[in-house]
Amino acid sequence: MWDYTNSVLDHFTNPRNVGEIEDANAIGEVGSLACGDALKLFLKIDQQTGRILDAKFKTFGCASAIASASALTEMVKGKTIDEALKISNDDIARFLGGLPEQKMHCSVMGKEALEAAVANYRGEKVAAHEEEPPVCKCFWVSEKKIREVILEHKLTTVEQVTNYTKAGGGCGGCLPDIKRILADIMHTQAPPAERPKMTNLQRIQLISQTIEKDVAPMLRADGGNIELVDIDGTLVKVRLKGACAGCAGAKATLQHLVQETLRQKVSPDLVVVEEN
Amino acid sequence: MPPRQVYLDNNATTQVAPEVLEAMLPFFKDLYGNPSSMHAFGGQVAQHVQQARERVAALLNAHPDEILFTSCGTESDNHAIKGVLEAHPEKRHLVTTKVEHPAVLNVCRYLAKHHGYRLTELPVDRRGNLDLDQVAAALTPDTALLSVMTANNETGTLFPIEKIGAIAREKGVTFHTDAVQAAGKLPLDMARLPVDLLSISGHKLHAPKGIGVLYIRRGTRIMPFMHGGHQERGRRAGTENVPYIVGLGRACELARVELFEETNRLRQLRDRLEQGLLARIPSTHINGNPDWRLPNTTNLGFEYIEGEAILLHLSAAGIAASSGSACTSGSLEPSHVLMAMEVPFTYAHGSVRFSLSKYNTDQDIDYVLATLPGIVQKLRDMSPFYPKDAPRVVETAS
Repeated sequence: MWDYTNSVLDHFTNPRNVGEIEDANAIGEVGSLACGDALKLFLKIDQQTGRILDAKFKTFGCASAIASASALTEMVKGKTIDEALKISNDDIARFLGGLPEQKMHCSVMGKEALEAAVANYRGEKVAAHEEEPPVCKCFWVSEKKIREVILEHKLTTVEQVTNYTKAGGGCGGCLPDIKRILADIMHTQAPPAERPKMTNLQRIQLISQTIEKDVAPMLRADGGNIELVDIDGTLVKVRLKGACAGCAGAKATLQHLVQETLRQKVSPDLVVVEEN
Repeated sequence: MPPRQVYLDNNATTQVAPEVLEAMLPFFKDLYGNPSSMHAFGGQVAQHVQQARERVAALLNAHPDEILFTSCGTESDNHAIKGVLEAHPEKRHLVTTKVEHPAVLNVCRYLAKHHGYRLTELPVDRRGNLDLDQVAAALTPDTALLSVMTANNETGTLFPIEKIGAIAREKGVTFHTDAVQAAGKLPLDMARLPVDLLSISGHKLHAPKGIGVLYIRRGTRIMPFMHGGHQERGRRAGTENVPYIVGLGRACELARVELFEETNRLRQLRDRLEQGLLARIPSTHINGNPDWRLPNTTNLGFEYIEGEAILLHLSAAGIAASSGSACTSGSLEPSHVLMAMEVPFTYAHGSVRFSLSKYNTDQDIDYVLATLPGIVQKLRDMSPFYPKDAPRVVETAS
């Protein structure tokens, strides 16, 4: 059985805002019977203020699809359209105390229904996935959609892509394509943006701050401590104190904890040595 | 707490019969000898293993030396398929169906993918039936094995193994059947059925998990699967799992004695459940062949709704069933069985299997009939596909 949170089970058993709004002025519909889940979202939006006065839904799907739709309607009520559009599928999952990873596509469906409803309200044509030939022919998922989800959630494996979009969950024929898209994104994605150039003084201050704020508290928790002795170019000289001094694991502490933290926070070329 | 606990998932696993547990207990205490040993401790235990073998053989109307104890149904299937291929190294083709249990289907696909065998997976029609002409046409001089299940675990649909076995025999192809769901529910007479190998799993007929049987007809060419000691006359090495073998023997004896009466009672209970649900819940369909099924199984497709949601509501009401819906399994497509049958998407996702056992009662059925219609209506009322003017369920206690 799935490990659903109490909140998911509550929203599944007692879904909020089930039904249709007779005079809805925004309707969003995503999914299909063939896919195994579908959601139709009805919104009543105040045309003066752009505020969502009421939200209701109808859904065909499993417990997490029902709970995600219920959560979504609770979350958007009272918000303006622009506020509502900021809700991500992760927000929906978080609202429910989390979803099993294989069920994340249920929260994605909520997000998509909201976007479709707003597009409908604004009279825009929905950016239907049908327009370009899909990568996944079973669940009709486009390359654009797959790329968006990979970037948004920093996905790294094909399995994750399937969990979030359902692509590849049917015949599996597109799994090599998903792999290619993933490889392509990882290849072309620029390395992390260059850090702004620091002056020597800024760099020394940042090293000192990082040791004091990030490293020392961890060592103190184990009865030890650390003191910054000197900085010479990329060489950071420190002294371990308390329980850390003379500890057999001191070298590992220096390399893995102190050096790694400094490399992440300040500069990847720093080397940490112990000063006796 | 729900007012009643109703277990209707007996094709997944069954309750261990109290008589079976009782028969097993001495072998966890005083009767701990190794049946292979040359002393009285082992000797008396060996007699009990032999008695169990005779009881299993009696259920199948087979010879005791045709009964091989294994660790589970999956091992029996693996042994049958790989053991026959290894005994026919010159043949490179095997034939099975698209609706087999993964314990057969995935073994065959593994052999095709990693050992270069040619594999034919026979299709089924909308009711889950095979075309016997296709079976015959698939068998060639290069075919080492035909493996076709006796009864389908999801729909209960039966394959005519007496006819299929006859075709295989005529073509000189070894025939294996996975009878895990049929054993103990329907008579299986090895003196009449042209079957060379047959798999049984203990926990589907009220023995515990961890014990299975492979029936091997005398004269069948097959290699051992587990190598090691001389147990099971050199065909399956490993010290005998004595308590479980004894338990399975007792379970087979109970099944043989109760078979006729229980089969009839179960069919009536199942039919009452099925007819009752069909009468109360419109837009409901039977998956499988209603005329030729296991007596304990019904698989119903409820239109407009999804299976996992039904199961969770049933579970909250104390009722255990299972679903071929995509969402329950973690895969995204409905079960391979329903897909092979081309069950329409409108109710493939909303399919629920109820499988009964001898421990189910009329009261259990009444409770389900009183509970499920409300659950279906609740889910349909929130389904975007459910037409507003569609007929509603009838909610009355039976």
